[in-house]
Parts: sequence; structure tokens; C-alpha cells
Amino acid sequence: MTRHSLTVTGLCAGYGDTDVLSGLDLVVPTGEVTAIVGANACGKSTLLRAMSRLIAPRRGEVLLDGKAIHHMPSRDLARVMGLLPQAPIAPEGITVADLVSRGRHPHQGLFSRWTRRDDEAVAAALTATRTTDLAERPVDELSGGQRQRVWIAMALAQETGILLLDEPTTFLDIAHQIEVLDLLTDLNETRGTTVVMVLHDLNLAARYADHLVAMAGGRLHVRGRPDEVLTEGNVRAVFGLESRVVTDPVSARPMMLPIGRRRIAEAADGRSVDPQPTGSGAPATSPGWVGTAP
Amino acid sequence: MSALDATIERLAGARGRRARRRRLVVLALLALVGSAFWLTLSLGQSYTPPGEVLRVLFGEPVPGAGFTVGELRLPRALLSVLAGASFGLGGVVFQIMLRNPLASPDIIGISWGASAAAVIAIVVLSLSGPIVAVVAIVAALAVAVLIYGLSFRNGVAGTRLILVGIGVSAMMESVIAYVLSQAPAWTLQEAMRWLTGSVNGARLADALPLLLSLVAFGGMIAARARDLDVLRLGDDTAAALGVPVGATRVLLLVAAVGLIATATAVCGPISFVAFLSGPIAARVFANDGSPLFPAALVGAVLVLVGDYAGQFLLPGRYPVGVVTGALGAPYLIYLIVRVNRSGTSL
Amino acid sequence: MSALSAKRGGAAGAVVRSARTRGLWLAVMVVVLAAICALSVAVGTRDVAWSDVLAGLSGEVDTIGQAAVAVRLPRTLLALAAGAALGLAGAVMQGVTRNPLADPGILGVNMGASLAVVVGIVWFGLSTATSYAATAVVGAGVTAAFVYGIGSLGRGGATPLKLALAGAATSVAFSSLVIAVVLPRADIAGGIRSWQVGGVGGATWHALASVLPFLAAGLAISLLSARTLNSLALGDELAAGLGEHVARGRALAALGAVLLCGATTAACGPIGFVGLVVPHVCRMLAGVDHRWLLPFSALAGAGLLVAADVVGRIAARPGEIEVGIVTALIGAPFFIWIVRRHRVREL
Repeated sequence: MTRHSLTVTGLCAGYGDTDVLSGLDLVVPTGEVTAIVGANACGKSTLLRAMSRLIAPRRGEVLLDGKAIHHMPSRDLARVMGLLPQAPIAPEGITVADLVSRGRHPHQGLFSRWTRRDDEAVAAALTATRTTDLAERPVDELSGGQRQRVWIAMALAQETGILLLDEPTTFLDIAHQIEVLDLLTDLNETRGTTVVMVLHDLNLAARYADHLVAMAGGRLHVRGRPDEVLTEGNVRAVFGLESRVVTDPVSARPMMLPIGRRRIAEAADGRSVDPQPTGSGAPATSPGWVGTAP
Repeated sequence: MSALDATIERLAGARGRRARRRRLVVLALLALVGSAFWLTLSLGQSYTPPGEVLRVLFGEPVPGAGFTVGELRLPRALLSVLAGASFGLGGVVFQIMLRNPLASPDIIGISWGASAAAVIAIVVLSLSGPIVAVVAIVAALAVAVLIYGLSFRNGVAGTRLILVGIGVSAMMESVIAYVLSQAPAWTLQEAMRWLTGSVNGARLADALPLLLSLVAFGGMIAARARDLDVLRLGDDTAAALGVPVGATRVLLLVAAVGLIATATAVCGPISFVAFLSGPIAARVFANDGSPLFPAALVGAVLVLVGDYAGQFLLPGRYPVGVVTGALGAPYLIYLIVRVNRSGTSL
Repeated sequence: MSALSAKRGGAAGAVVRSARTRGLWLAVMVVVLAAICALSVAVGTRDVAWSDVLAGLSGEVDTIGQAAVAVRLPRTLLALAAGAALGLAGAVMQGVTRNPLADPGILGVNMGASLAVVVGIVWFGLSTATSYAATAVVGAGVTAAFVYGIGSLGRGGATPLKLALAGAATSVAFSSLVIAVVLPRADIAGGIRSWQVGGVGGATWHALASVLPFLAAGLAISLLSARTLNSLALGDELAAGLGEHVARGRALAALGAVLLCGATTAACGPIGFVGLVVPHVCRMLAGVDHRWLLPFSALAGAGLLVAADVVGRIAARPGEIEVGIVTALIGAPFFIWIVRRHRVREL
């Protein structure tokens, strides 16, 4: 699959008269999984929507392979960049195979007919998302996790080098969240797809992303590898929350444990545990426990 | 054969089966239209044998049947098919684009706008002929723009659009009622035409603007049929799949409004045909593909059969609009019940 | 001030309305109403001198002017009664459904009443005005229940959008049925138009007297439901928690509204939008307390309809525009304005 570069320079964008993003610069690492995190209303969805051309920037540009995306014909853009938006609509009664086939739309002109190439792409997408057995079933009968995999399959059938996902794990229960994120990791490794996703769960983002982008107040606060970004200082700055960052024993990635006012275990000598540990001697909690950002 | 190839074969097979089923349904609908058309031509107050009907159709002068078939029945049947197809196609495009079967042009005021314009053109401005159709199209477009503009607040929400359309509908209806009341020379029949739609007194010349509109606007819609299919997935998803959402919507809406307005200018707002054709076609087609062409066919059948029933099958003569209105009413209620219960769209 | 009335006061907005302010507004409205009524009697296709008006009021019909007054008097009174009924019914409906878009026309109730009456006339040979009124009330009630039932199906219950759609669809459906029923017997049923567009032309004392009992009953029940409506405004759960019999109270209030609009439709045909516009305007004057809102709505509705009738008579001399058309032309833009004002989430 051809490699494409995606860059954002000086982006100011928003809705109506208000700008949500002010002067944002970002280089999306090609071929890696990038997760965008931040508090509510920090602009992460706005950034994704600007990158996928759903909203036009007031200032600044989004560059795909060095060219501004806003001047590209829709079809050409859709062949390179796919998007899974927050609330996709599945028409009543549509089957999985039918829905995934819609992903071939950018590759079909006005008069082109369906070819074997299209079938191959659809089949490959179904296989990659392990939804082949569901092919003839109506989408509205599927579970949340299955449905999300089907939507990802549709984006896969588009055969794009870049895939953007807007909160793909919201509303899914934990098993399905892991299912979807594992799938995206597979895709990134086997197809080399550049994945950019907005996640609300900080710990899942740290576990699954190669590159983490933390936003606050419409600006980029920090970016880098998860172990660089997920520090107590950054959590405090981005989420306004005290925390302790430990190593997740399951994935060997950093994990954030939030510290509120209550339910803080006391040390054996009766004193409260210091919320600003100096070393790594703090005990880890039971593995698999997922912290949630506010 | 690898597992992937097996999947490909399966997909191709399923696709082929669906395509065959689709063709079958379309053929059945075409046959239905054809037989209804034939019935209208041959059986009325008197029976005309097929041979004579054919001879009239080919332009030969036939005593008796030449008038009955050629002057009375043929224009009526032709207008019914063309108007029905126009209403059906225009209606289903609206319903798909606004993602709600209740967002049909006859409920949100477009048909009423066209009818009001036609009535004003005929009564107040004393126009007649194809110019009335043009006036109706312009007015209907203006009404559509008005409804769109009034429902625009940080983007258009479907719910607000439908409600604004209901309000505009009420205004248009009042305008029609007022203009009609100021034209005492009119008979009840004429009034009925502009309030519920009728093909009474059809002339062959009226069919021409309808045919042109169907070809022109229908062609525009056909060219974008695939994009429309993808629009059903939501604006964001469609944009991500390369559909120029804004431009496509405008184009399709203009074409749909054009179809509805022309048909209304000739026959009046034939009640419910625009509303019913899409859902009926969707049920018959069972989501096997684009319901555009089937909806047009269903519309043609509804008007043909409705007019025939209104003339010969019911006690008393009713214009087609009353028949489709009365028969369509329970189905309308049923559809609302279904929509509400399942909470889904077309 | 208890927490409850504080909440209600808060809900009404920053303006705290004293009884004095409201009383003042009430007085103003009565005066305006009287003026409009006087105008209605004096003005029309033919202007009448004031001396003739006074003479006509006392029953003399010597001059043409006085004869005109004799015709306009029942008309004015009918418009008064109908307007009050519709305004009141609209306020009650908005309270019962907690829906800012509720109105007897929009919810299809008027058309249902029309349909019931024409069916009664054409198929069952009803002929007395009282039977018309009774049938219309039954039709209105059945339609209201029907529309509410359909609108409540599915997620979210009876949201304003679903209710308005159910009402619009039912109205359109019933309108077609009305035409279908009336068309072959247009002579008997008084013409199709009168059952599609309401008007107060051709009003007689007899017609007015026949519907008066229904209107009076509806008025009484509605006004007595004011307290219930106040509780319902807080939500079903809260109202029940306050000891209100939610279902019974709602049904009773709805009965009042149905009596009012059924009887009105029987006398005048379907007149829409009065019930929509009037409560909204009155809410700005009287607040959301139904004990004030309902009487205000009745007065304002009366004024609106009489004024609409006057406009209809003046604007199209020597002909006239039915009041149902005027209210639609005024009311529909108002309806659209309300839709624009509310956030979509609330709809």
C-alpha cells in the first residue's frame, strides 16, 4: 500500500463563529497508530473532522502528501483517506455484505460496473475484520462490537492508506472495545494503514497507540510516545486530575491511576499515601483494571 | 480454492441472486403498469377490442373507438402514468435524502406550493399551457428554498425541516382556498383538481411537459442514483466515501422539486402518491437495491388504478386525488405507526 | 416562598408577575376585546353608521345598515365564543401534552371532528345542530386519543415532533376522507369547503345556541383543570409525587379541550392555529400559571378570532376571506417562528 503523509499546519477551525482549534500544528506519523486524547470539548473531534474535510478550516491547512486536501476532488480524497464518523447510519435491513460494498464507492465512476476487483476488496475486508460469517445478516441485528467491526470493514473496503476513526470505542462494552482496538492494531501491522483515532479512554490509548497526541483548550499540549506523554504532569495539565502513572503489567505500557478525594488506601502507618510518589516503589493495582479519564 | 476465493464466490453469487430478484420485481411492476394501462384503454363505459385499440394507437382513424380511445382514454392514461411516475420518483428522493418517510413533498408543502402557484397563474394571471408548469416549478423551488432557509440554524435538522414544512403547507393550503373562493366561475371539479388532484379533462398536449420533465429531471436523478444510495449512510460517512454531499443534495432536491412541480401544474397535487410510492416500493423490493425506479412504477400504478377506480369501480365518480387520498389515508396512518414503533427511517 | 412556587417562578423567567400586573393586563384585554367586537359589528363589506349600530343592537331592522348589524351580531358572538374556545383548548392541549406545538388544528383534532360530522350527516342523516355538536365532540375525542396514541409509539414517547407529525398526517388523511364522503352529497353537507376551511359567515342565533351547552361544559372543565395542568407541567413523576392523579387529571383536561374544539368545529368548521398562537402570547403576559393562563387564553382567542374575521371582511371587499384562512396565514408563520426558536433537542 502506498504511503501517504498527513500534516496539519496552523489550523484554526470551529463551528459557526467560534473557533475551537487555534493554530494547531501536527505531523501524523505515517504507518503508525496515533491516538488523540483530551478532556471533553478540547477539540479532538473537531481536529479529526477538519483532517477528514468534514469542516473547512478558517485558517491553516491540512496537507495530504503536501497538497491541501480542500482542493482535492472528493473522490480522489476518498481513495486515500477513510473515515469512521461518530454516528454512522445503517439503513434499515441492509446486509453486512451490502454495507461493506458501499466502501467501494470512491472507486466507481458514473458508468463503471461492479468488477471482481471490487469483490476481492470486499472479501478481504470481511476476512480482515472476521465478519465473513455475518455477510448475509442484517446489520441492525448485530451486537455493538460486531457492528463496529462491520463499519471498519466498510472503511477497509475503501482500500485507503489512512484511516481516521472518531471515538470508535464509545458506547461499546469493554470486551468489544478491546476487540476493535486489537483489530485496528492488526490492520496497521498487516496493511501498513496509518490509523488516527480519537479515544476517550487514556489507558487504552496508551496501550494501543504508537503515538499519543494530548489536546487541551483547542491547542496541542504534548505529543510523542505514550511513555513520554503519559506523565502525571501532563495528566494534571490536560485533565486537571491528580494521578499516579505506573507500568501496566499486561502490556508493559504506561497506565494512569486517577487520584480523587476519596477511596485512597492508607499506608500501613496510618498516613495517607503521598499522591506525588518520587520513585517507582508504588504497588500496582490488579492487572486489567482500566482507568477512565474524566 | 483459498478461503478468500470462497468468500468472493459467495459474495458474487449472492449479488447475482439479488440482481436477478430485482430484475424480476421490476419486470413484474412494468407488467402491472402495462396491464393497467391496457385496461384503462380498452374497458370503460364500453369495451373496445384490442385490435381496435392498437389501430388507434398506431394513428389509424377508427370510427367510434378513435374518439373513445384516442381522445378520452389515451390522454388520461398517459397523464396518469407520467404524473404518477413523477410523483413517485420525486417523493422517494425526498424521503431518502431527508431520511424520513414522513418528509415527503406533499406533507412538507412543496406540492401545495406548486399548486398554489398554478392556481394563481391560472386564476389571477390568466395563464395557460406549459407556462403554468414553469411558474409552478419556480414557485415550488422558491418554497423549497424558503423551507430550507427557515429551518437552517447551525445546519439543518431533519425534525425542524419537517415541522417548518408543515407550517408552510398550511399557509399554501389557505392561499389555494382563498384564490379558489375568489373564482366563482369555477366548477367544483376544477376546485377538486387543485385541492386533491385529478386527471379529468386530460389532453394529449398536457403530456408533453410531463414527459420532458420526467426525462430531464429523472435523468438528473438517475445520474446521481449511486451517490443517493451512499447518502443514506449519513452525511459524514457519505462525505468520507467521496460524495460531494452539499452539491449532490442540491442537485437531487432541485430535480425532485422539478418533477413534483410539473406534475402538480398539470394534474394538481394528487394526494399521497409522492408519499406512498417510496414506502410501498421499499416493501416490495425489500431493500435489494435502489428503490428509485420501482417507486416511479408504483406511483404510475397508483394513479392509473386510482383514476380507474374513481371512474368505474366506485358508486359515483371521484377524481383520482380523492381515491388516492381516501385509500392512502389508512396506509399513511399505518406507516406512521410502523415508523414510530421501529424508530427507523426509509 | 416554597421551593415549588419558586421553581415555577423560575421557570416563568426572570419576570415576577404580581397579581396586580396580571389583573391590569386582564382589564386591558377586556377593553380591547370590547373594542374589537364593536368594530366587528360596525365594519364589513358595507360600513355602517354608529347610529344604525345602536339602533340595530336594540333590534330594529329598518335600514339596510341595521339589517347588516342584525346579521353581524350573531356572527361576532359566534367568533367570540369560538375564539375563546379555541384559545382555551389550545392552552389546555399544550399543558396536557407539554408540547409547545399543540393546537387542535395541528393535532388533527379539528379535522377528526369535521369527519365525524360529515359522516353523520351524509351516512346517518343527522340534521340538528345539537347532534352535529355531539358527533363532533365524539370525533374530536377519538381523534385526540388516536393521534396521541400514534405519537407516543417508539422511543421518547410523545415528543413534539412525533405528535405534530402524527397530527399532520392524521389531518391530511381525514381531510381526504372528508372530501371522499362529502363529494357525492355536496348539496346536503353544505359544501366541501366549509368542512375544510372554517368560517363564521352565515352564523345564526340557533347555531350559536345549540353549541353553547357544549362550550359551557368545556369551559368549566378546562378552567377547573388549571391546577392539574400546573402539576403536569412539572413532569408526570413529579406530579404523581405531589399527589396528583396523573392519568385521570390528564384525561379530564383533555375532555374539556375536546368539548371545546369539537363544538367549535361543528359550528364553524375547522379553524386552526388560534390554539397555537394564543397560549404562547399569553404566556408572555400572564406567565405559566394556568390559573391565569387559561382565562387569558380564552380572552385573547376571542379577540384574535373576531379581529381575524374583521380583517377577512375588510381585506377582500366586496367578498370576504374565511376566518380559517386568515388564522392560517397569521398562525403558520408564528408556528414556524416557534419551531425556529426551540433547540432541536427540545423538539
